[in-house]
Amino acid sequence: MSATTANRTLPGIYHRAGSLRAERRWALWTSYASLILAAIIFLAPPFYMLVTSLKTSGEIAGMAGNPWIVREPTLENYLAIIDNPLFRTFMLNSLIITACVVAITMVISILAAFALARMRFWGSQVLATGVFLTYLVPDTLLFIPLYQIVGGLGLLNSIWGLVLVYPTLTVPFCTWIMIGYFASIPRELDEAALIDGATWPQMLLKIFIPVALPGIIAATIFAFTVSWAAFVYPTAFVTTPDEMPLTIGVVSQLVRADTFAWGQIMAGALMAALPPVIIYAFLMDYYIAGLTAGATKG
Amino acid sequence: MAQVSLRKIVKAYEGGVQAVKGIDLEIDDHEFVVLVGPSGCGKSTTLRMIAGLEEITGGEIAIGGTVVNDIPPRDRDIAMVFQNYALYPHMSVYENMAFGLTLRKFPKAEIDQRVKKAAAILDITPLLDRKPKALSGGQRQRVAMGRAIVRDPKVFLFDEPLSNLDAKLRVQMRTEIKKVHQTVKTTTIYVTHDQVEAMTLADRVVVMNHGVIEQVGPPQELYHSPATKFVAGFIGSPAMNFIPARLEEASGALRLRLAQDIVLNVPESRTARYRAHAGRDVLFGIRPEHLTDDKPTDKANPAPLTLTPEVIEPMGMETLAHFRLDGAEISARLDPATPAVVGVPLRLIAHMDQMHLIDPVTDKVL
Repeated sequence: MSATTANRTLPGIYHRAGSLRAERRWALWTSYASLILAAIIFLAPPFYMLVTSLKTSGEIAGMAGNPWIVREPTLENYLAIIDNPLFRTFMLNSLIITACVVAITMVISILAAFALARMRFWGSQVLATGVFLTYLVPDTLLFIPLYQIVGGLGLLNSIWGLVLVYPTLTVPFCTWIMIGYFASIPRELDEAALIDGATWPQMLLKIFIPVALPGIIAATIFAFTVSWAAFVYPTAFVTTPDEMPLTIGVVSQLVRADTFAWGQIMAGALMAALPPVIIYAFLMDYYIAGLTAGATKG
Repeated sequence: MAQVSLRKIVKAYEGGVQAVKGIDLEIDDHEFVVLVGPSGCGKSTTLRMIAGLEEITGGEIAIGGTVVNDIPPRDRDIAMVFQNYALYPHMSVYENMAFGLTLRKFPKAEIDQRVKKAAAILDITPLLDRKPKALSGGQRQRVAMGRAIVRDPKVFLFDEPLSNLDAKLRVQMRTEIKKVHQTVKTTTIYVTHDQVEAMTLADRVVVMNHGVIEQVGPPQELYHSPATKFVAGFIGSPAMNFIPARLEEASGALRLRLAQDIVLNVPESRTARYRAHAGRDVLFGIRPEHLTDDKPTDKANPAPLTLTPEVIEPMGMETLAHFRLDGAEISARLDPATPAVVGVPLRLIAHMDQMHLIDPVTDKVL
C-alpha cells in the first residue's frame, strides 16, 4: 500500500525512466537484428566455400539436393591442395611478399610519422595531409603508370616487383595511423627524454615505439591484410605461375583447361584466408585501439 | 651545482609577439628561486629557454659560467620536473629513474646505487617495480623528482609540478620539495602561478608580468615592500586592498582622505617619505590582515574607520569580511569571535604602519 502511494508521488523523471528502459530494449533489438543480418550476409560466402571444400567433385557437380548441405564430407580437396607444389609456391610467395612489404611499410611509416608528428619543420602539416590524400587515389588508377615503372626496372613477372609496388597502397594509410598515434603522446615525454639525454633516434626507439606499440600493431595488421589480399597489382604485373601470390594463383592455376576444380579452389581460398583471420583474432583489440587513438583527448 | 645567469633574455614568436622582453636575473649556487606570475607572464617560457626546450630570440643564458644558448638540452646538465610528470609509461619506476643514467652509459652498479639512494630520499623504495599507471598522483610526482635527483645535475627545473595535485597533497609535496632541496642543495628554478608555493619554497621570488620581471627578492621583502601595484596585489592572499584616496597635508602631518567622511592619519614614520606627494591622488594599499577589528597596538599606528559588510566568510581560525567603499572592494580579516553581521556597520582598525601608497599613473609603490 505504502509502496503504491510512494510510486504515485514520484517526480516525473521516474515515470520517464520506464520509457527509457523500453527505448533501450527497442534499440537493443534493432541492433541485434541488424548485426545478425550483417553476419549472415558476410558469413554466407565463406560458409559456402567451407561447405563446397568438404564435398567431392561428384557431389559438387550433382545438381540434386540442397547445395548448402554436405552429404559425404571429405578432406580430399585439402589434401590435394596441400600436396600441390604450385599451391605451396603461391603460399611461399605470398609469405615472402607480405613479410617484405610489412617490414618496408613499417620502417617508412614509423620514420615518416615521427618526423611529421614531432619534428616541427616547414611544410610538415601540408606533407601530412598530402600523405593521406595519396591514400585516396585508387590502385586501379595507379597500376598503368606503375606497370611502366616496374617494367622499366625489369621487375615484371617477379615477386620483387610486387614488393616494390604494394607499399604505395600501405605506406600512406599506415603513416596516417602512426601520425595520429604519435600525436597523442604528450609532448612532455619527448622533452623529458631530450633532457634525460636522448637523441632523436633514441627517443624514437626507446620511447615512441614502445609507447605507440598498439598503433604499430594496428598499422602492421593493415599492411599485412592489404599485402596478403592484393589482387589488382599481381593480376597486372605477374603472369608466370612460379611468381604468383595466393590471391591470383588459386583462381588462375587450379583450373585445368575448362575444368574448374571447385573443391580445391575453395579449400585453397579458405587456407589463404586463414593467416589474416588468425592475426585478427589475436590482435583485434590492438587494432581497434590503434585506429581510434587520438580520436579523443586522453 | 652552478650559478645560472640570464642576460637580456628575449623570446619572440612569429608575428612579433614577445613572451619574454629582455629579462636579467642572476641565480646563485644552491639557491631556490621561484618564478611566479599569472598565466602568459613568460615564466614557463623562461624556464623552457633555460632547459633548452625553446630557442632564445635574444640575450644569453649561462649555466655554471658556460653560455648554453646553442647547447642542446641533454648537454646542459639540467633535470626538469614537469606538471604532468612526463613519466615513461612503458617503464617501471626504477627504469624511469635510471633512464637518463643508462643513456649516459653509467656503470650498472652506480645506476643502482643512485636510484636506490634517491628512492630512499623520496620514500618510494617499495614502488620501484611498479609502472607509472599503478601510482597515485603524488607518487608519480615523487618519481618525477627522483628521475631528476639521480642525475645529480647542476640545476633542477620545476615547471608547475604541483598543479595537478589536490589541495592536501599539494601542501604535502611542497614540504617534500623543500626537504629534498635542503638535502641535495642543488640550484633550483621553480615555476608556479601559486603565490603561496612561491612564498613558502623560495629563497628568492621573481615576480613576472607581461614578459618582464616586476620584482626580485626574498618572500618577506616582497610581502612587506612590494615595488609595484602588481606585486602588491599578487603576493598575499586574500589580495591587498587598493582604495583610491587623496593625500592631504594639514599642519605638518599627512592624512589620507578615502571618502568625504573617512580620513586616516599617516604615521609620522612615513611622513618624510610621502610628503612630496601631498595634494595628489594616490591608491591606498592595505592588506586584509592589516585591516582588522583587533585591539590596536602602539606599534600598529591604528586608524579607525567604519564600514558596512556586504559578505561575511567564516573560515574557522578567522573571518573574512568584504566591504565596498566608493566602488572599491575591500576585505578585512576579523577575529572569528567578532559578531559581524551583513548590513550592520562595523568599526575596523587600519594598521597604518603596514600601509602602502601607490602612484595611480605609474603603478609604482611610493
